[in-house]
Amino acid sequence: MTVVQTEVGEQTSERLTRSALIRLRFFRNRLAVAGVVILAMMFLLAFVGPFFSKHRWDELDFLALLQPPSQEHWFGTSQIGGDVFALTIRGLQKSLIIGLLVAVFSTGLAAIAGGFAGYLGGKVDRSVMWLIDALLVLPSFLIIAVMSPLYRGRTWLVFVVLLAAFGWMVTARIVRSATMSLRERDFVRAAQYMGVPVRKIVFRHLLPNVASILIIDATLNVGATILSETGLSYLGFGVQPPDVSLGSLIAEGTASALTYPWLFMFAGSALILTVLAVSFIGDGLRDAFDPGSNKSKKKSKAS
Amino acid sequence: MVNYLLRRVVNFLIMVALASTLGYVLASLAFDPSANYQGANPPIPQSTINAKLDNLGVNPAKPLLRRYLNWAGDVLSGDFGLSVGEQRVNEELSRRIWVSLRLLVLGSIIGSLAGVALGVVSAVRQYGLTDRAASVLSFSLLSTPVFLLAILLKFGAIELNNRIGTTFFFTIGEYSADFSGNGWELLLNRLQHLILPTLSIALGGIAFYSRYQRNAMLDVLGSDFLRTARAKGLSRRQSLFRHGLRVAILPMATFFAYSFGLLVTGAPFTETIFGWNGMGSWFITAVQSNDINSVSAVIVFSSVLVLLSGLIADIAVAILDPRVRLR
Amino acid sequence: MNTPSSASNLIEIRNLSVTFPSEAGIVRAVRDVSLDIRAGEVLGIVGESGSGKTVMSLSMIGLLAESASITGSISYNGVNLLELNDNEMSKYRGKDIAMVFQDPLSALNPVHTIGRQMAEALHVHGDYSSEAALRRAIELLEIVGIPRPAERAQSYPHEFSGGMRQRVMIALAIANQPKVILADEPTTALDVTVQAQILDVLKTARDMTGAAVVLVTHDLGVVAGLADRVAIMYGGKVVEIGNVNDVYSSPAMPYTIGLLRSIPRIDDAGSSRLASIDGAPPSPVALPPGCAFAPRCPAAAPECDASVPELVSITPSRMTACVRQTDIAGLQSSGKLFAEIPRHVALQSVTEGVALEVRGLRKTFPLLKGSVLRRRVGSVFAVDGVDLTLREGRSLALVGESGCGKTTTLLEILNMVAPEAGTITVLGRNVAELSRKQRLEMRKDLQIVFQDPFASLDPRLPIGDAIAEPLDNFGMPKVEQNQRVMELLELVGLQRDHASRYPSEFSGGQRQRIAIARSLALNPKVIALDEPVSALDVSVRAGVLNLLAELQEKLKLSYLFVSHDLAVVQHVADDIAVMYLGGIVESGPVDEVFAKPQHPYTQALLSAVPIPDPKVERVRKRIILQGDLPSPANPPAGCRFHTRCQVRATLPAEVAATCVSDRPELVLRNASLVACHAPLN
Repeated sequence: MTVVQTEVGEQTSERLTRSALIRLRFFRNRLAVAGVVILAMMFLLAFVGPFFSKHRWDELDFLALLQPPSQEHWFGTSQIGGDVFALTIRGLQKSLIIGLLVAVFSTGLAAIAGGFAGYLGGKVDRSVMWLIDALLVLPSFLIIAVMSPLYRGRTWLVFVVLLAAFGWMVTARIVRSATMSLRERDFVRAAQYMGVPVRKIVFRHLLPNVASILIIDATLNVGATILSETGLSYLGFGVQPPDVSLGSLIAEGTASALTYPWLFMFAGSALILTVLAVSFIGDGLRDAFDPGSNKSKKKSKAS
Repeated sequence: MVNYLLRRVVNFLIMVALASTLGYVLASLAFDPSANYQGANPPIPQSTINAKLDNLGVNPAKPLLRRYLNWAGDVLSGDFGLSVGEQRVNEELSRRIWVSLRLLVLGSIIGSLAGVALGVVSAVRQYGLTDRAASVLSFSLLSTPVFLLAILLKFGAIELNNRIGTTFFFTIGEYSADFSGNGWELLLNRLQHLILPTLSIALGGIAFYSRYQRNAMLDVLGSDFLRTARAKGLSRRQSLFRHGLRVAILPMATFFAYSFGLLVTGAPFTETIFGWNGMGSWFITAVQSNDINSVSAVIVFSSVLVLLSGLIADIAVAILDPRVRLR
Repeated sequence: MNTPSSASNLIEIRNLSVTFPSEAGIVRAVRDVSLDIRAGEVLGIVGESGSGKTVMSLSMIGLLAESASITGSISYNGVNLLELNDNEMSKYRGKDIAMVFQDPLSALNPVHTIGRQMAEALHVHGDYSSEAALRRAIELLEIVGIPRPAERAQSYPHEFSGGMRQRVMIALAIANQPKVILADEPTTALDVTVQAQILDVLKTARDMTGAAVVLVTHDLGVVAGLADRVAIMYGGKVVEIGNVNDVYSSPAMPYTIGLLRSIPRIDDAGSSRLASIDGAPPSPVALPPGCAFAPRCPAAAPECDASVPELVSITPSRMTACVRQTDIAGLQSSGKLFAEIPRHVALQSVTEGVALEVRGLRKTFPLLKGSVLRRRVGSVFAVDGVDLTLREGRSLALVGESGCGKTTTLLEILNMVAPEAGTITVLGRNVAELSRKQRLEMRKDLQIVFQDPFASLDPRLPIGDAIAEPLDNFGMPKVEQNQRVMELLELVGLQRDHASRYPSEFSGGQRQRIAIARSLALNPKVIALDEPVSALDVSVRAGVLNLLAELQEKLKLSYLFVSHDLAVVQHVADDIAVMYLGGIVESGPVDEVFAKPQHPYTQALLSAVPIPDPKVERVRKRIILQGDLPSPANPPAGCRFHTRCQVRATLPAEVAATCVSDRPELVLRNASLVACHAPLN
């Protein structure tokens, strides 16, 4: 019944502006709204929480080792007397910052690589695709783990750069195929025949028109990054001690988690909730930008 | 067809070579193999260290290109060199490879079949109870890192064992070391060990595949040819199963290749958490001990595996899709 | 038609309304329609996008989206089809009521063979065993004109051309001897010569099965040739219905009158301008309270907005829905309703200047194979030997079917770089000799308007910015840009305050005006028009064509007009060049070529264009070409048309042999150039 949907689709856009429609669709999606609320709470917890915490994350209370949650230590204490609440929000902070930074960098990289490869085609396209294929053969987890000695003892920003450098390929592919079809669209041709330079065509006409893809992917990349960051940190290849991330907290907590569940429970829940919230938002955005996602946009003009 | 496959195989070999090179070079740049010998008491003389490094073929004093060419030459003749412990990497490899393969192959088969089935059901009954439950499950599973999932499965199993008072799920190792029994009992024992690690690999796959299969199926549901099928007189259900399914399965072959990388990433965690001596846990200890040759061996293994799954996917598409078949 | 049901009625639709929920509100696709389909008749349903014609046909076969809510009744043999569930309805689909869809490319399952898909249609209704079904399938393929049917049954849909696939769709539709065949725009996606073939097959199918055919289309010409009765739909309602001859010769509803006046005819040189209907078809989410056509109707009076007019009989066989019915005839004769305005006649060769000249143009695309190492395995001769001359102030139409290379020719000209072979001269300057800077300057003089105004405007740029883009690009200061944008908007008939709106807020016709304004921004001398009206609704085409004619006169423009629609070309162009498989086969003044075509292909092309006049259309002798366009990767030797030529068979053997051995050159004969060994007339 694509014909009907097409007719409706075109008419709706005449009534409401596109952005209003997208907002409407997004906020009608209960899971997406829940995602926004949860994520906002996680950010509040991570960045405002420290002001209310009774202890600092790197402070040790030698009088309270492995204590269960209490008035003094809300989430209990660790083997060496660290406050689990302070540690968890510190880890959450780190994981969120890394997730955001990497998502922004890798999506930006993907937009530029995919956009130019898709628009220019030919040699540029083939070499970018080759690079992408080559980088996709090895799971980025293995590459970053191998390179972990390089940033051991240095700033965690190196880790961020690596995560971004090996996390842009899939998005770049999507952007590339989207620009390839946009390239054939007449408004891009029209710009060419008006003599608009390549750089301007890519940044003024192509990338804004794949903005929906970029926004969705940037969101989903936040989740993916948090997953790989915590995974690497869990094995000791990520955020390096004394600093903590949710991954390294879970790793420390696992050993005695059956007896002392608070060591592991809070970091674990925070991790799952954050990633879940991010994927709800991403999915909600996708539905809002591209409802139905039936790719039969304008097949039956004349009907 | 033959030509098409031949081209894919050539491409496959080039990519494996490229990935292995990348792995070896990165490991050689990042690792400091001499660190293993420092800090010993009494200190080991530099000349001894040098001799040991030369023996392993990883002495940084030699140019990287020379070391790489030596390594690559040996690998081509089937020799992955010596590990840091001066054991033959080949032996370790042959011991561990089946452990990982068992896990990955079983996990991916179960994951893809169950995922595809779940996705189809979800799409056919869109917004029904099954669909909603499957969506929530998939989202939760996709938001849970493998290591956390494995830990939770392990704790859950321990809890369950305690409840029923006997060890049904084994949570450590590939089999019980002190186990003595005949064929069937041995198989059962292995299965009891196998369930949890395989599940922790397969669950992620199920979540992944069911989401994509659902979308692919929904795309097909709106397609013109399905409408034609119904106009011929097929009921909705008949048209879905006779026409929709086969077309909707096609893109999944490509996703199969993609997702294999994901599964390979899961192996180190699963193997470590359940105490399996597979390639994944080897990789981790090798990175920790600056073991260039062992790490490179694992990288060759995983790139072969990922690319092989891509090759299988290509062949599957070529068989299923007449548009590719005739190229 | 609320007449009492008669025995000859196969399907009786009563008070059918179909609505869909949408974000913008409720879509009222079909509104209270009552209609009969008589046994064995051909009923044409004509309407533009959003008129509800497709929704109505889908509701007859029970294939509407599940979100649709339907009221009223559709009775077939005394059974109300709307009350059946999916399984019960399946027994009727394909067996009693069959359907041919618009787009043959996506309507067949890509992974099953044609034979299997055909056999399934027979087998599913239980009358055939699997083997018998396959045998019958092959017979059916033969009936619809598929060569070597037994062999082709083993092929997959992608190995068939669009026309061949549509034949398969028709074979599927007639497989079970249905009583009704619904054909939804069956030829819209096809070229005009293939359209003629398919309409022919459809006639055969009707004769063979005796089924009633419901032909849903926007093309008044197609209906004129085939239908017994015609129903005109607008805004979800049937607004006029009757015998096809009566409706065409004396339309009664203002919309029908306007529509028939607004379409160019190939058999009419056009002494008067096309009537243009203001505005655009209404959106089915925001229909006017009364008559849906009232906002665009020159005869609209206050009572038109009061209530939705009902269909009323004006003669025993005619019904129309217009409250001013009694006044229409008077308004028409006093020239107040789509009156004929004399057409401006192009000043014959005002100057001797040549705006654009192309000589011996060639463009080939490599056929590549391999993914790692790409190697060239052959060439596609998209354009091979094209000569064109566009004189200043005139319109040259480049016509041909899809795949003939007309678009490639246009793009080669617009690229303004040295072609593979041949020369392109724009305003007296050979483009091969231009420097980068000169080429950029040159772009000011040569602009383009694309076919699809939904694709040619960046959806994220307000239209003012879109129009200003070429100005900005050539460094005009912002203030002057704004001034110029306002001028341009008024020039094309839009309002100044439209500048800050986005393309999605405009209708197709308005968008095409915006695209025209953008192309005019830099005061070009030559404009390339790539099918400028073929993506637009029929009722708004005339407005855009008239605007183009006005602008040409006012601004002394030269048009290079690329089109497949010969009726439009007849109306707007001064000269014509006919292309076939990469080369020009005939070129000359439009009147000359249309009156006395000399190339067999031109003759066939002209005869394939349906004329929206049943009296003329039915007695016309039609030439139906055999087969499809050959692949440009492997063009026939000699004359490229010889494989399909209808004249060649009648030629003496030695002439027929030269058609295969030598490629004819363009030579001047009478007033035009023709490339044929045995020209006509």
